[in-house]
Amino acid sequence: MGAPLEGAEPAMDPAVRDKIFQRELVTLIPHLRAFARTLTGDATQADDLAQDAMIKAWDARKSFQLGTNMKAWTFMILRNQFYSDKRRSWRSTQLDQEAAERTLVAVDDPEAPVALDELRLAMGMLPDEQREALILVGAGGFAYEEAADICGCAVGTVKSRVSRARKALQGILEAGNYDRDGREAGDAMRSILADAERLSAAR
Amino acid sequence: MIEQTPMDERRKGPAPLDETRLRQRAIGVKLRQMFDDVVNEPVPDEFLDILRSADDKAGDR
Repeated sequence: MGAPLEGAEPAMDPAVRDKIFQRELVTLIPHLRAFARTLTGDATQADDLAQDAMIKAWDARKSFQLGTNMKAWTFMILRNQFYSDKRRSWRSTQLDQEAAERTLVAVDDPEAPVALDELRLAMGMLPDEQREALILVGAGGFAYEEAADICGCAVGTVKSRVSRARKALQGILEAGNYDRDGREAGDAMRSILADAERLSAAR
Repeated sequence: MIEQTPMDERRKGPAPLDETRLRQRAIGVKLRQMFDDVVNEPVPDEFLDILRSADDKAGDR
């Protein structure tokens, strides 16, 4: 409260500043977890990533200007961490594979709501950059410009990634050509449509 | 693709463009749900424990 939207911060007791910073960081934890989960597709891996990002943000708190967009700042830290983890370890592809297999087992229950699991699988098939852009703009509530800042790329690049991601997702869901057998092609798209209808009716 | 749609195909529902838009909107709704489901989960204690111990360290300085 009372923090300026722009310009330098007023001089402040570091302990008080830490408190203010921390309070805001805590409110962002659910969003960081959601970003990590949708980015990695694996709950355990995601919480590790979100915790790493949170620690990094805390350690870098002095370089953050209070009153600016902390959500975008922490999301940028998280995605940078995600890519550096991936670069560092070839095992990540292995982990992704294992996570995908776990998901496959998890959706084996015929009574389970299909649409979300199918979407999860389809998301996992997108290139990282496209998935990331789509999550930021389509679910994270960021404007294209903010997403571009987070990803460190041009606004036009984000727009084209989002657009390609949307097309690819629809294609995957309609073709039903994700790694899952025993389900009729196009089923996923149908259940997503039905579900979306139900959700918007409930609102 | 635009004008080649057979009549019976056309009678089934809205024009292809609207259909695509509808599907994209549905995917968007599910995507947000997927994200919001996690946002609405209770935060595991670990997260707050980490911050608490970081806070203690900061306080010691």
